Amino acid sequence: MNWFNTIAIVVVVYLAVFLQATSNELRHWIGVQIDLLPSLVVYASLSRGIAAMSCVTVCGGLWLDSLSANPLGLSVLPLFLVGLLILRSRDLILRQEPFAQFVLGASASAAVPLLTLLLLVNTNVQPLIGWFSLWQWLVLSAVGGVATPVWFGFFDRLGQALNYRPVGETSFRADREIKRGKQ
Amino acid sequence: MRRPHYIALGVVILLTLGLLKLPSRAARNLKLAISGMFLPLFGLAGSTEELADKTSYALLPRRELVRQIEQLEKTNQLWQIHFRQAQEWKRENDRLREQFGVSRQYPWKPKLGRVVGRDPANWWRTIKIDLGSRDGVVTNAPVLTSDGLVGRVSEVGFAQAQVVLVGDPDCRVAVLVGDEKNREQGVIAPASSPLDNTLVELSYLSRHAKLAAGQSVVTSGLGGIFPKGIVVGQIADFRSVGYGLYKEALVRLAVKMNRLEEVWVMMP
Repeated sequence: MNWFNTIAIVVVVYLAVFLQATSNELRHWIGVQIDLLPSLVVYASLSRGIAAMSCVTVCGGLWLDSLSANPLGLSVLPLFLVGLLILRSRDLILRQEPFAQFVLGASASAAVPLLTLLLLVNTNVQPLIGWFSLWQWLVLSAVGGVATPVWFGFFDRLGQALNYRPVGETSFRADREIKRGKQ
Repeated sequence: MRRPHYIALGVVILLTLGLLKLPSRAARNLKLAISGMFLPLFGLAGSTEELADKTSYALLPRRELVRQIEQLEKTNQLWQIHFRQAQEWKRENDRLREQFGVSRQYPWKPKLGRVVGRDPANWWRTIKIDLGSRDGVVTNAPVLTSDGLVGRVSEVGFAQAQVVLVGDPDCRVAVLVGDEKNREQGVIAPASSPLDNTLVELSYLSRHAKLAAGQSVVTSGLGGIFPKGIVVGQIADFRSVGYGLYKEALVRLAVKMNRLEEVWVMMP
C-alpha cells in the first residue's frame, strides 16, 4: 500500500471539511452547503484499498460531525457503507471512465445524505427538513458527480508529481548478451 | 466479500454505535477535542483576514479616513446624549422598582465575537464563533447583533463556541407580539422553508390575537434564557389554523443570518 497517497487523501479530506465549514457563498446563493466527502470516498474506494477507504470515512465523518450540530459519529457509517459497496464491485466498474466516475459520485452523494438522515431520525433528533431538502439533495448529487472526476485528475497529477516514476522496461535480454573474452 | 471487509464493517458499526451511545457530556467533550484539530486552520484563516483588512486600511486615502472620523464623532455625540437620557431613565426605573418591590434588572455584559464557521450539514443552523470558555462564555448565553436576536450558545470549547441560530429546531424562543395593550405570547418554531432563512414560524398564538403585518416581535423573557425585550423580527403574514382554534404567523427575522460576521454574546 502506498501510504503517501493515503495521507494525501486524508489531508484533502481535512481541508475539504474545513472549507465546507467556513465557506458560505454557495449556501448564500443557492441555499445548499455542498458536501465533498462522498466524492472523495468514491475516489478512495476505486483507487485504494479497504484501509485507505476506512481512514477516509472515519476521519472525514468524525471531522464533519465535530464541526456540525450532528451527533458525533453519525456521518461515519453512511460514508463507509457507500465506500464498501463501491469497493466490492470495483472490478466491474470502468473506473478510468469520467462518465462512470460522474455516475458513481452522483449516486454516492445522493445516498450518503439519505442514509445519514435515516440514522438521524432514529437518534430522536429533529433535523430541519422540508420540501426544499429535495432541491438540496439534487444539488448535492450533481456537485458530487462533477467533483469525482476532478478528484481523479487531481490525485493522478499529484501522484505523478510527487511519486517516483516506475522504471521503464529495458531492451536488454540475458539470452542475447554477447560475451567477450575467452570462454 | 473478503474477510478484511467484514472486519472493517464490524469495527465501523461498533465505533458508530459506541459514539452515538456515549453520554452527552462525554460526546460533547470528544467533539470539542476533535474539532480542536481545526484550530490551526481557523487561526490561519483569521490571521489572513486580519492582514487583508489591515492592507485595505493602509490603502484608504487620508481624506476618506478624516471623513469617517468626523462622521463617527458626530454619531458618538448623538449616542452620548441618548446615553445620558437613558441613565436618567434607569435611575428613575430603579427607584420605582425599589418602591414597588420589583427586583432590579442588571445590565448586560456584551462581548464581541467573530463568526469563524458555519454548520457543514444542511439540516442545522449553527455558527462557530471565536469566543470560548477562556473568554467567560457559558452555555445558553444569548447572542445578538445590533439588529436583533441571533440565537444562543449551545456548546462551549476553550477557544470557540457553537451558536444555535433562531430557526434551528434546537432554538425555540418565547416571544411577545402586538402593541402594549394587546400583547400576545407565542413561541418561535423552526422555519418551515429552509430556502428563505429569514422567515420563521410563530405558533401557539391565541385565536383572539390581533395581528397585523409589520408588528414587532420581541423576546418575552419566559424560559429564562433570553432577556425580555430583544427584537426578533416583524410579522410578515398570519393565518388561523386548527379550524380557527389558534393562530400562526410568519416572522421575518431582524437579523440576516447569512451575512453574520460579528455577534455580541451576553455574558452572565
